[in-house]
Amino acid sequence: MRFLVKKKITLSFLILVFFVFCFLVFNKALIKDKTYSPEFKNEKKSYLPDFSLPELYLSDEIQLSEVVKNKEFSLVNIWASWCLPCREENDLLRSLSSLSYLQVIGINYKDRKKNSIQFLNDYGNPFKYNLVDKDGTVSINLGAYGVPETFLVNKNRKILIKIIGPINNNHVKQIKEIING
Amino acid sequence: MILSNSGFLSLLLGLIFSFAVFLCAVLNIKKNLLNLEKKIYKFLTLQFFFVVIGFFILLYSFIISDFGNETVYNNSHSTKPLFYKITGLWGNHEGSLLLWLLVLTSFIVFFFHSSKDEPKNFRLYTVIFHQIIVIGFFIFVLKTSNPFDTLFPKPQEGLGLNPILQDPALAIHPPILYVGYVGTSIIFASALAAMVTGYVNNVWAKNLKRWVLISWVFLTGGILLGSIWAYYELGWGGFWFWDPVENISLMPWLSLTALLHCILTLEKRDLLKNWSIILSIVTFMLSVTGTFLVRSGILNSVHTFANDPSRGIYILIFLFVLIFISFVIFLIFENKNLENKKEIFFLSKETSVLINNWFMIYFLSVVLIGTVYPIFLDVITSEKISVGPPFYNKLLIPFLVPFFLFMSVGPSMSWIKTNLKFKVSYIYYFLLTSAATIITIYFLTQKDFLLIVLIFSLVFLSIKTLSNFLKNNTNHAQNLSHLGFAMLMLSILFNSVSSTEIIKNIKVGESFTSKNEKITFEEVKTNEKKNYSSIIGTFEIQNDDNRIIKLYPEIRVYNQPVIATSEAAIKTTLFKDRFITINLIKDEQLFNVRYQNKPFMIWIWISTLIIIFGGTFAIFSKKKNYS
Repeated sequence: MRFLVKKKITLSFLILVFFVFCFLVFNKALIKDKTYSPEFKNEKKSYLPDFSLPELYLSDEIQLSEVVKNKEFSLVNIWASWCLPCREENDLLRSLSSLSYLQVIGINYKDRKKNSIQFLNDYGNPFKYNLVDKDGTVSINLGAYGVPETFLVNKNRKILIKIIGPINNNHVKQIKEIING
Repeated sequence: MILSNSGFLSLLLGLIFSFAVFLCAVLNIKKNLLNLEKKIYKFLTLQFFFVVIGFFILLYSFIISDFGNETVYNNSHSTKPLFYKITGLWGNHEGSLLLWLLVLTSFIVFFFHSSKDEPKNFRLYTVIFHQIIVIGFFIFVLKTSNPFDTLFPKPQEGLGLNPILQDPALAIHPPILYVGYVGTSIIFASALAAMVTGYVNNVWAKNLKRWVLISWVFLTGGILLGSIWAYYELGWGGFWFWDPVENISLMPWLSLTALLHCILTLEKRDLLKNWSIILSIVTFMLSVTGTFLVRSGILNSVHTFANDPSRGIYILIFLFVLIFISFVIFLIFENKNLENKKEIFFLSKETSVLINNWFMIYFLSVVLIGTVYPIFLDVITSEKISVGPPFYNKLLIPFLVPFFLFMSVGPSMSWIKTNLKFKVSYIYYFLLTSAATIITIYFLTQKDFLLIVLIFSLVFLSIKTLSNFLKNNTNHAQNLSHLGFAMLMLSILFNSVSSTEIIKNIKVGESFTSKNEKITFEEVKTNEKKNYSSIIGTFEIQNDDNRIIKLYPEIRVYNQPVIATSEAAIKTTLFKDRFITINLIKDEQLFNVRYQNKPFMIWIWISTLIIIFGGTFAIFSKKKNYS
C-alpha cells in the first residue's frame, strides 16, 4: 500500500511538471512576436540589407550602399502614390530633407511611374533618390509591414530607428536628436 | 452610451449573482436548508436573466447600428443587411464570448431544473464547479473583452464585418458549435461533482448520457456547418484542411465520442468509471484549449480575429487552474470510486468499447500533436513549421482499417460475454463485401493496396451495420450513426481519390477541355448590390452526351471593408459537384479559372446529417432499454 502511494505521488508530480512545462511554453508562445519579418531573424538584424533598384527619373540602377555613403545619415522611406498617409507625411519628410547631415531616399512601392511623378509634382519631392520597387519584393525583404514605413540609417546602413506608418512630429524630434548627437 | 453602459451594468449584476450562487451552494453543502436551494435556483435564473439582458442590448446596438459601441463599430456597417448585422454580433471576439456566456448560464439553469431527482450534494457540487467556470468567463468578458466599450465621439460609420464571414452557414456555425462546446462544461462539472460525492455509477451515467448526446449532436452539427462554409466560401474546393482551428473542434469531438461509448458501458455494466471521468474532464479541457488557441492569436489561421496577448494569458491561466483543480480532485477522490473488479471477457461489448477508446485516444493524440507541435517547436527552437494533410494522412489512414473492422463487429457483441458460434451468414457477409469491393475498385482509376483494404473494411462496415437494422433488439440510433459514419468515410474516400482539378488562364470567349467535358467562358457581367459590387462570369459546360450546364462564378468586391472575395459557382448533382471559381489577373484581360470535379460531395453532408440524426434519435428514445 505504501509503495502504491509513493508511486502515485511520483506519478502526479511528473504529470504536474509536464503541465507546468506546457504552461510555460504556451505562455512564451503568446508573448512572442509572431509577425514575420525576414531580416530580423539573424544577427544582421540591425542593418538594412543592400540592394540595387532603378531610379525613378534616371532609370539607372542604384546601389543602396553606394548612396548611403554620401551622407552621415539617411532616411529610407517606403511610399506609394496610392497611399493616403504618405501624403500626410510628405511635408515632414520635406522639412527633414533640408537638414545638412541627412538625405531622404525613397523606395517607391508597387506604383506606376506616371502616378508617382504626378504625386511628387503635386505634393513636393523630399527624395534625393527615388528607387522604384515595382513588384515590392525589396520592400518585403527589408521587413516592411506596409506603406509608409521609414528607416533611419547611418553610413553603414545600421538601422537607428524604424517607424511603421506615417511619421509624426515626435518622430521628427527623435530623428533630429539622433542627428545632432 | 446609455445603452452600452446598461449592458455592462447588466453583466456586472450577472457576475454578482454568480458569486451569490457559489456562496449559497457552498453553504448549503453542510447544512440542509430547503430555502437555500430555492435561492440557488432563483439566483441562477437571475444570473441567466442578466446575461440575456446584456445579450439583447448588444443585439439591439447591432441592429440600430450604434457605432458609439466599439464592438459594433469594429464589426458592423450601416449598409449591412439586417441578417448580417445580427450575426455580426458573434462574428467577433467580444460578442462571441457573450454568446458563450449566454449558453453557459442557460445550461446550468436547465441542469439544476432537470436534476431534481439526483442526490442533493451532487447537484450542489456540480453547481459549484460550474460556477467556477461561469465566474471565470464573466471576469474574462468584463476585464479583457468587454463588448460594451464605448467610443467618443461617436463615429459616423462602422468598419464592417469581414465579408468572408457574411454567409448563412457561418452565421449559425458559432452558436451551434458553442452549444456543443458549452455542453461539455456541464459534463465536466458533473464528473467532478460525481467524484467528490462518490456518485460515479450507472444512475449518474444514465442522467449524464443526455448531456453527452446533446453536446455531441451540436458539436457534430457545428463542425458540419464549418466545413460547408469552407467548401462554399473559401473557394478552394475542399471541406477540411487540417487547419489548427478545425482540429480543435475535432479533438473534443473525438473524446466526446469515446465518452459517449464509455457512458453507455457505465450505464449498463457499471464499468469504465475512470475512463468516463477522465474523458469528461479531457473533453471540456479540449474545448477550453480550443477557445484559448483560437482567441489568443497564438495560431496564425483564418479564424484568428483577436490578437491581444493579455486575453490569451488570461485564458491560459484559467485553463491551467481548471486542469489543476480537476487533477487534484481526481487524485484525492479516486479511491472513493473504486472500479468494481469485474472481469471483462475478451469477446464482449465491453472490450469493443475499450478498443474504440484506444483508437479515439490515438486519433486524438495525432491531431493534438499535429496542432500543438508547431507552437512548441517555435518556442523552443524558433523554427517555423506547419503540419499539413500528409502528416495526418500517414498517421491516421492505416489505423482506420482495423478501426473500421472493429467497428463492424463491435455492436453485434453482447454485454458480458459473446458466444462465438460459426454461422453461415459470416460467409455471406464475406462474399458480399468482396463482391462489392471488386465492383467499386473496377470503377476507380487509382488502385493501391491500402485503398483496396480501406474500401473492403468500409464496405464490410456498411453491410454489417445495415444488417443490424434487420435484427430485433438493436439500438437503431446507434445503427444510424454508425451507418452515417461508414457513408461519410466512403464519400470522403471516393471524393479524395477521384477529384480532378484544372486551372487555366483564359479570356472571355475561349474554352478548354477537362476529361470529356468542354468548358466555355461565355461572358462577363457586372452587378451592383447594397454591400458589394461583383463581376459574374458565365461558363458553359458541355459533356459527351451534349448536356449543357451553366455556371456563374463571381468575384465580389465588398465596400465595407474593401475586400475582394471569390464566390464559387457549384452545380451539385447526386454523384458529383462541378465547382468553378474565377480570379482576376492584374492588368490583363485574362481570368484565372479553376474548374474542379468533386464526386460524392453531397454525400459527405448527407452522411454527416445521418450521424447527427442518429444522435438526435438517441436523445429522444432514452426510455427504451436495449440489450
